[in-house]
Amino acid sequence: MSSHFPILLVLFPLFGALLTFFSGLTRQKWAWYIAILATFLSFAISLDLLFSVHTNGRISYHLGGWAPPWGIEYVVDIFSGYVLVVVAFISLMIAIFSGEYVKKQIGPERETNFFAIYLLLVTGLLGMVITGDIFNVYVFLEIASLSGYALVAVGKKKGAIVASYNYLILGTIGAVFVLLGIGHLYMVTGTLNMADLQERLPALYHSRVVLTAFVFFVIGFGLKFALFPLHTWLLSAHSLAPSAVSAILAAAVLKVNLYALMRVMFTVFTPAFIYETVPIAEILFIIAPIAIILSSVMALAQTNIKRMLAYSSIGQIGYIVLGIALANETALTGSLLHILNHALMKGGLFLIAGVIIYQTDRYHITDWKGLGKTMPLTMITFTICGLSMIGVPLTVGFVSKWFLAVGALEAGRWYFIPVILASSLLTAMYFWRIIEWGYFHEPDDPADAADRCAVPWGMMNPIMLIAFLIVFFGVFASIPQELAHKAAVMLLGVR
Amino acid sequence: MEMVSSPLPLYAIATSLVAAGLIRLSHNHVNLREFWTIGAALIKFSLVAVMLRHVLAGQSLSYHVFTVLPGLDIAFKVDPLGIFFAFTASLLWIVTSFYSIGYVRALDEHAQTRYFSFFAIALAATMGVAFAANLFTAFIFYEIITFCTFPLVAHKQTPEAIGGARRYLTYLLGTSVAFQLPALFLVYFAAGTLDFAAGGIMAGKGSDTLIIVTFALFIAGIAKAAVMPFHSWLPAAMVAPTPVSALLHAVAVVKTGVFMILRVVLDVFGIELLGDIGLGTILAYVASFTIVVSSVIALRQDNLKARLAYSTISQLSYVVLGAALLAPAAVTGGIMHIVLHAFGKITLFFTAGAIYVAAHKTKVSELDGIGRTMPVTMAAFTIGALSMIGLPPLGGFLSKWYIALGAVESGHFPIILVLAVSTILNACYFMPIVYSAFFKPPKKETSGHANPGHSHGADEHVFWLWRKLGIQEAPPLMVAALTFTAAGTILLFFVPGDFLKLAQFIVGG
Amino acid sequence: MIELIAGKYNYWIYITLMMIGFYAVIAKGNLIKKIIGLNIFQTAVFLFYISLAVRKGSTAPILIQSTYGALTPETATYTNPLPHVLILTAIVVGVSVTAVALALAIRIYRAYGTLDEHKIARMEQEAK
Repeated sequence: MSSHFPILLVLFPLFGALLTFFSGLTRQKWAWYIAILATFLSFAISLDLLFSVHTNGRISYHLGGWAPPWGIEYVVDIFSGYVLVVVAFISLMIAIFSGEYVKKQIGPERETNFFAIYLLLVTGLLGMVITGDIFNVYVFLEIASLSGYALVAVGKKKGAIVASYNYLILGTIGAVFVLLGIGHLYMVTGTLNMADLQERLPALYHSRVVLTAFVFFVIGFGLKFALFPLHTWLLSAHSLAPSAVSAILAAAVLKVNLYALMRVMFTVFTPAFIYETVPIAEILFIIAPIAIILSSVMALAQTNIKRMLAYSSIGQIGYIVLGIALANETALTGSLLHILNHALMKGGLFLIAGVIIYQTDRYHITDWKGLGKTMPLTMITFTICGLSMIGVPLTVGFVSKWFLAVGALEAGRWYFIPVILASSLLTAMYFWRIIEWGYFHEPDDPADAADRCAVPWGMMNPIMLIAFLIVFFGVFASIPQELAHKAAVMLLGVR
Repeated sequence: MEMVSSPLPLYAIATSLVAAGLIRLSHNHVNLREFWTIGAALIKFSLVAVMLRHVLAGQSLSYHVFTVLPGLDIAFKVDPLGIFFAFTASLLWIVTSFYSIGYVRALDEHAQTRYFSFFAIALAATMGVAFAANLFTAFIFYEIITFCTFPLVAHKQTPEAIGGARRYLTYLLGTSVAFQLPALFLVYFAAGTLDFAAGGIMAGKGSDTLIIVTFALFIAGIAKAAVMPFHSWLPAAMVAPTPVSALLHAVAVVKTGVFMILRVVLDVFGIELLGDIGLGTILAYVASFTIVVSSVIALRQDNLKARLAYSTISQLSYVVLGAALLAPAAVTGGIMHIVLHAFGKITLFFTAGAIYVAAHKTKVSELDGIGRTMPVTMAAFTIGALSMIGLPPLGGFLSKWYIALGAVESGHFPIILVLAVSTILNACYFMPIVYSAFFKPPKKETSGHANPGHSHGADEHVFWLWRKLGIQEAPPLMVAALTFTAAGTILLFFVPGDFLKLAQFIVGG
Repeated sequence: MIELIAGKYNYWIYITLMMIGFYAVIAKGNLIKKIIGLNIFQTAVFLFYISLAVRKGSTAPILIQSTYGALTPETATYTNPLPHVLILTAIVVGVSVTAVALALAIRIYRAYGTLDEHKIARMEQEAK
């Protein structure tokens, strides 16, 4: 049984989706339970996989018994194991959150469809991470993307449909670029297995076809994870989608697409290629700081809370990309940690925004007046997430920034430190004003305090767990740090 | 120095954190809530006193709490410098607690629970800085102080208060993130550790340029020390209720700043390293500049608390100056100034608060003849002012004496001139207040009787004699507190005792 | 030069098609035309894959009875089947994308009463 875990990880949400859809014909209520069960099983399996990878090393699973490079191979190494746990955990949290949220914000009649599509999205994400076959990445990428488009459009707001349409157009262009990249690699090597590609490519590093393929991958995935300046679709998609969907888009979908690019960069191509043959690091050195600073400035200018969070995501992606470009273990550890940290922080923040919109139906930051009194628990969790975004010590946000900064020094590029710090300060400004509205202004109508406290526990529990983890992993940072460091060593060690 | 592992410092910090929780829980029972505050203050003080015994016996307590990341530990160490600061702060917290209770009740302030609980957290964080064993721990508690004093500064929640608090936060958080944090990165990068060690950890660990840059980043990053040009948060923070200004902005917050500078000078760089590069001299002149210029600004302030704030800026730089001269006597003087200025300035703030509560006056120009209605308060004010000026039977003299001695020792004669000028300026902005309070007739429209609605119930029976004499003092709790600190200011001159011993201990190694 | 163009004409065709599709996606204001452009864009890539597989004079990879009676494929002369299979998958994906896009277009039309991108943008501006 446990030898089949790699495929079961993907199959649970896939069959969950089917089951949800069919059970919805008779029993609407089941959808939520099935979604929780499926994501929980995936989460449990991903934990088990991570443990066994941590102790025994790389797991290779041959789909249908066909040995690679002919058959499709599923690979769990320390990097994919780590990302799988992050994705599965966030999916579980958002699934739990969505029960009550969907009923009110999206409508009970769409509950079944929502969860069916949600599970398909999770299937796609987990599949993208676990597969060791580059064409399979494309297939899962499209499964995840298509369900993502649908989920964005499910919102009540009219603009969400247009946002979804634009997301679809740009997302498809990105996916087609990825497909082209795969085609070019196949053209010169005749294989689709990542490990096999790694062996065959070094002889062809200076071939123009390989170079073209690499560029297609960077642009294709870059469009998907909103690499500045390819981020325009993200703003409206993340801000107009229902909050639970924004949360999974920001916390998991962006991360998985980034993971896929890292996989291609480090495993298919190797550090030797990306750092020595192509000038990708030099380009990222320019892109990342601009993304970090500009997004913070733009976030400061927003008054819609969700649009503000969407802008901040672009900068956070910039951090991860910066760590990749710095090309040393410390900085890459910082990047990998930030995958987890940003997933927790931004997932948490979007869920909190969801809770507040759920209760008050307000998006404007000045509407958060007095929420410290009327929704104290929500506001405390928001403060924790906000402090972590700023990078205050003893929260996860500090840990990744610490590694990035020390990594920048190690690489002899101290001038990135002011960039990181400036962005921290800007982040402090745009989060602090909300905290201030929440705590230091009296609510318009104190009478509705009791009413607003009545957020369903199903929604509050995941948020509190996430807030707890933000502090927990900020205090005991060596737990994820050890994993991330191991993964960074592995990725950079490929020769 | 013998190292002993002991969780006492952790307990001292936890005491007021627990108290903060209890205060929050008992927000409906006012007396119980105040009991927690007083109780925590007393327990904390006794814990610190116990640790003080250990330190004086030549032991150094240390406690490792946990490791965040390899190289980044939360750890505590009780050494002479730390206990010196902790003892001062925890002693004055007791006094301030009594004073606060009198103050908020007399003014019937809103959000009292928030006020007391954040006060307790601020004190916990202050202890954390005092006992921090490394830069990382110190930095965390430094930031906690910034965040948890924000609600205290913004207490009134008027646009003015929030504006002031925002400025406060911007300066303190901004500088610490923009300058202090990179300094931490650089120290970690160069020395591979962030632990404090007597004699410094940076010696021989980097080029002169690196050392200079790091040192400059530290001085700019520790804005709580209010060295110009990073001082303007302090006057802005004066929108806070007076007990907050008294304890936090004369003792806990600003002293955290100068304490950190002392730590950085003594235990991160080391006197020798700084002396070799000549960084001390530069810092000494920056501090001198601050001393003189802020005194001049203080002259022009009409708001009493603003005048006190600029006086604080100037006095804080004495501590920095003492450290910067890098001579044993001067460092001793600087360290002594932490406690001496604390007693003097807290007295002055207490009197400012008492005047506000009893007579609702905030401006210097309104204080004519107030010495007649509030003789005890104004007597305490006089003592505090004289101590600031540095007249001999008062504590303030001691530190100035030692700093001057150090200046001679290290051959920085211009510094003596600075001290002299500053003394004259101090006299110029304090003595007119004393003069007009006692010798000028009260102005008609603002006479003390204009405020009959503000009576204190049962107190009136106790102080019937005072009333007969036309005396209108603040509530007894407040008067008691300010009398206590004024007496302390005098006492410290005659029996500096443990404080001086500690200070010499620190300098002597 | 002639060889570069004539010898690799399949690539030129796919690039031309791709650019036509890309142009439609970017420049057209009508949402349906954009979807058509997207389809052309995708189809270009399908053609690229198919043309990869072909060799001159090759046939389908079917086992042939040779003169000696053994069942051996003639490796030199068969078309690589794998890209075809891959592209079958990609076509399915393409159809799904088109379906979702059209569904969205219908909902946009119901919500805004138009399919013109600029008009919709203006309406959104006014709504703010």
